Amino acid sequence: MLLAGVAQGCVYALGALGFVLIYKATETVNFAQGDLMMLGGFFALTASVTLGWPYWATILFAVAAMAVVGMLAERLILRPVLGQPAFTVVMITIGLGYVVRGVVTMVPGWGTETYQIATPFVDDVWTLGGVILPVQQLMVIGMTAALCALLYFFFRFSTLGVAMQATSQNQLAAYYMGIPVRRVNMMIWGLSAGVAAFAGILLAPVTFVHSNMGFIGLKAFPAAVVGGFGSVPGAIVGGLIIGVVEALAGFYLPEGFKDVAAYIVVLVVLLVWPSGIFGETGRKKV
Amino acid sequence: MSFFKVENLGIRFGGVVAVDKVGFEVRRGECYTIIGPNGAGKTTIFNLIGLLYPATSGKITFEQKEINSFSPHQVADLGIARTFQNIELFEHATVLQNLLIGRHRHRKTALWQELLFTPSVRAAELAQREAVEKVIDFLELAKVRDNLVAGLPYGLRKVVELGRALATEPKLLLLDEPSSGLNPEETDDMAFWIEDIKRHLGVTVLMVEHDMNLVSRVSDRVLALNLGSVIAEGTPAEVQAHPAVIEAYLGKAA
Amino acid sequence: MRFIFKTDYAQDIRLAKHGGHLFWYGLLGAILLAAPWWASEYVMSQLHFICIYSIVGFGLMILTGFTGQVSLGHAAFLAVGAYTEALMQAAGVPFAVSISCAAIFSAAAGIIIGLPALRLKGIYLAIATLAFGVVVEEIITRWTKLTGGNEGKHLKPVEILGWKLDSDAEFYYLCLALTVLCCLACVNLLRSPTGRAFVAIRDSEISASCLGVNLAKYKTMAFAISAALTGVGGALYAHKLAFISPEQFTLFQSIELLTIVILGGIGFLHGAVLGAAFIIVLPQLISIAKGWLPEGMAPSGLQAVVFGLILILFIIFEPLGLYGRWLKVRTYFELFPFYRKGMFRRQKSYMKSERLR
Repeated sequence: MLLAGVAQGCVYALGALGFVLIYKATETVNFAQGDLMMLGGFFALTASVTLGWPYWATILFAVAAMAVVGMLAERLILRPVLGQPAFTVVMITIGLGYVVRGVVTMVPGWGTETYQIATPFVDDVWTLGGVILPVQQLMVIGMTAALCALLYFFFRFSTLGVAMQATSQNQLAAYYMGIPVRRVNMMIWGLSAGVAAFAGILLAPVTFVHSNMGFIGLKAFPAAVVGGFGSVPGAIVGGLIIGVVEALAGFYLPEGFKDVAAYIVVLVVLLVWPSGIFGETGRKKV
Repeated sequence: MSFFKVENLGIRFGGVVAVDKVGFEVRRGECYTIIGPNGAGKTTIFNLIGLLYPATSGKITFEQKEINSFSPHQVADLGIARTFQNIELFEHATVLQNLLIGRHRHRKTALWQELLFTPSVRAAELAQREAVEKVIDFLELAKVRDNLVAGLPYGLRKVVELGRALATEPKLLLLDEPSSGLNPEETDDMAFWIEDIKRHLGVTVLMVEHDMNLVSRVSDRVLALNLGSVIAEGTPAEVQAHPAVIEAYLGKAA
Repeated sequence: MRFIFKTDYAQDIRLAKHGGHLFWYGLLGAILLAAPWWASEYVMSQLHFICIYSIVGFGLMILTGFTGQVSLGHAAFLAVGAYTEALMQAAGVPFAVSISCAAIFSAAAGIIIGLPALRLKGIYLAIATLAFGVVVEEIITRWTKLTGGNEGKHLKPVEILGWKLDSDAEFYYLCLALTVLCCLACVNLLRSPTGRAFVAIRDSEISASCLGVNLAKYKTMAFAISAALTGVGGALYAHKLAFISPEQFTLFQSIELLTIVILGGIGFLHGAVLGAAFIIVLPQLISIAKGWLPEGMAPSGLQAVVFGLILILFIIFEPLGLYGRWLKVRTYFELFPFYRKGMFRRQKSYMKSERLR
């Protein structure tokens, strides 16, 4: 059960990671993250069910397609509001979320139905010293870990990753140093949407694919906040905390607590650490 | 009886000691200036006095009251007003509205009266406007009184900020680099105003400033800082001639 | 173009700045008062909603537009108002008392969320209010003894001193009167020291506090006032629908309320009314548009798409909302033919970090 919590937490963590990536680079909170996740799930659905591709190809396709969607979103609707107050930008992403959700229900073949994506390891279990471990959950945890490692090396060692970091610290300075800030922002959105697609696919066997699947993104939110927005390790830790607390609440507490557990955790954490556990506390210079 | 006194003030950010054992006393009615090279901790001292940062050590007293444990708005209520180095105006409001916010500590009306806009609120509002109008006259801001701050040039904003601080009718006015970013004529005006504020309005001025012309023109006493510690105190001429000050600015003579 | 020569301080604080104001607002008032004679039953019903949403819009405008605090949990205050009204009416409490209590309880809820919110900025505040909204919604669903849970609560028509307001027109006058009262209260507040303190907090917290504005007190006050107005709106909302249940007070309701102020024009009270009207009329327009859809496209998502698109387009092209657009049109005609395109243009800028504030 703890494992289920951790696995669920990993999905939240991936969702949170998507938030954090965008926030770190552009100081925008992307309220459409959950809907991008959902869209990724639908891309995967089309690839795997309609086209009959193998699982791994499905993942690649969905991630790539979502990266394109993310970049388009940045180019078309976020670039015009570059430099506007954070609140404005938040509202625009809420609008984006509405559009994505609406479009999905209107596309023939997607609609408001619930679908399932076949995974190669649905019901397998491993027994390890008497403990039963569902492979499904182990896979989720494993893939999350792999992705995190990949992202870590990307940010640490690749030129683009370093440029992204620089942009997140100070856009103007990065611009003067010859970093094409806008293009980097676009990449970040692509990357983040790709991560969202990945999270969507991992989530698919658990919640199935349907047009309201994006609400899970609303749980990824508390995860990002608990960890402290703008902190990548924070997102992972936050996601795990929320996942585990939720699993425990579902088990030990009366019905109803499971759904709000994430939000209660976030309220408590914010009371103690106003900018999350790993959040940076800054002071405006005057 | 001291008017404003700072004793043994210190703050550290992480391992960096930004201000260390600084003490000075400002007499009522004088203009006291803190000078020092960049990074000497001048603005930090201001932020400590305004209680924007919690001091690591030391005691700040204003008119016999120890104000260390106050919050920023309480400091303002005592009659200490300040301006900022990089201008912190209310950008989306007119000059008049900015100055009216300066009158905040003189408000007398309760919320329910304001919701109904009772005659007492009306009378109070008229009185506030009269007071603000005096500041506008004093600083010659009449022609921009209804302009949005966001559209004003830098020099004028600096004056508006000074006006906003004056609108609070302070006893002690803290000016953080009043001349930074101003051209020579504007600096000249600023010097006039500071002298007038001291002489005619009877407001004590505590100022951080780089421009030595302005400093020697308006200040009565000067405190020189370097690397968070006091290195000299005295009249402007004395401090300028002090060997430690020359060394701090120009380096050690070979 | 009209020039006003100010000769008296009182001119600045007067409500109607010149004769034109008096005339146009008078005309608007007359048209609205006469509504039961010119409006169909359907239009009357829409007018009820516009009044109710305007009151809520005022509340959010005070908080978001003037104090600069974001709230994604306003549906919670709406719910507190609605349920207070429902329960009190069921207990036989007179309307004047119950609606006051709706305002007071909502204000109390506002203080409860406002107090921890004092330390939170920007996005953290948004999330905290969002979490608060979700928790309140869950409480309403689960506390079945009090709220009836998912079965909801029914309300009877309003009764004031034995006079039953059961016709559309009577309820309309009640809504209209409350809307005007709330609007006047907001206008009064904004021309008083408290309103100025709110704006000061929005524009620069640091200098507000250095000028003697008690940040904690005023932020809590903004939350309380905003919540109280929303509570009044909630009480009327409950009466309008005659039935309330938890699914009317979800996160989506909160977002919809927030779009009222965004679309209407943030920072203008007029915007709250315009935004409310827009939000109410929009679904009607969309249902008309559904007829134009090509065959085979499911119309179910259209509302969400249009809603989202309008939000996006407004923010990109008209960040000042409907009221901002009106100001531009008016300036265009006043200055004709000297209007320049860039007159309202905002300075293009690179991101300013809001992390340090």
